[in-house]
Amino acid sequence: MPLDEISARWVADLQATGAVREDAHARLHDLLLRAARAEVGRRSGRVRLSGVELDDLAYQAAADAMLAVLGKLAGFRGESRFTTWAYKFVMLEVSAKIGRHFWTRKPTLPLDEADWERIPARFGLSSENEAEWRELMDAFRHSMEHELNERQRLIFKAIVLDGVPLDTLCVELSTNRNAIYKNLYDARRKLRAALVAKGHLSEDAS
Amino acid sequence: MIDLDAFLRTDPQDVGCGEATELLHVYADLHLADPEEAARRYPGILAHLRACGPCSTDFDGLIAALHEE
Ligand SMILES: [Zn+2]
Repeated sequence: MPLDEISARWVADLQATGAVREDAHARLHDLLLRAARAEVGRRSGRVRLSGVELDDLAYQAAADAMLAVLGKLAGFRGESRFTTWAYKFVMLEVSAKIGRHFWTRKPTLPLDEADWERIPARFGLSSENEAEWRELMDAFRHSMEHELNERQRLIFKAIVLDGVPLDTLCVELSTNRNAIYKNLYDARRKLRAALVAKGHLSEDAS
Repeated sequence: MIDLDAFLRTDPQDVGCGEATELLHVYADLHLADPEEAARRYPGILAHLRACGPCSTDFDGLIAALHEE
């Protein structure tokens, strides 16, 4: 795919020498920093960080996004505009850095009784009408204990029960988003199939 | 609060975080030009963004950055 004019100019300037290259690097850094600051601001409501910490995080994200862009520049094929591609690395770096900030403690198994008791509330089931959902929750627990493997159970517990952000769990378990998502996906699919088989959930899309 | 039924529902077209991240910039440009075409060409990414909080946050950020330009 041929690069559009502006994207081609970016790539050429960043790969040039001397003043042209330095100027392009400076412009790219400005662009990435502006995007990182805006993104950190957009997410600030969800993270408990001070203004200074947020700005620091934006600087780090921009610097690492810059390294990623320069490192992968030779492989950029123009499937999107250059700036769209570059901004993507800002988003990924902001996510990774916010995830690291939440770092708490390694999640553990097994679930204890207190953990099991917290599950209904996570799904908005109140004790007032427990009679209506008791069987569903018993089946849910049975499926979690028998249908999921340890890894799936651990990830399900951390994300659903403890509300650990997925990007934080990546840090805690030394893995990547895709691997955790796949585990969670399989856990969701298995639990649903088991609950449908027992008649607690309906098969059709609601 | 999580809707149990909705949360457990998985879409077999869902490509996962790896592929969604790999193509996020391509999908974003296409989405800005023609959202329906983006959905038609990349149903697996659309399915993923609907189900994955972190990836959809990145996608929203990317779209916001492009609107800022
Ligand atoms: Zn994802």
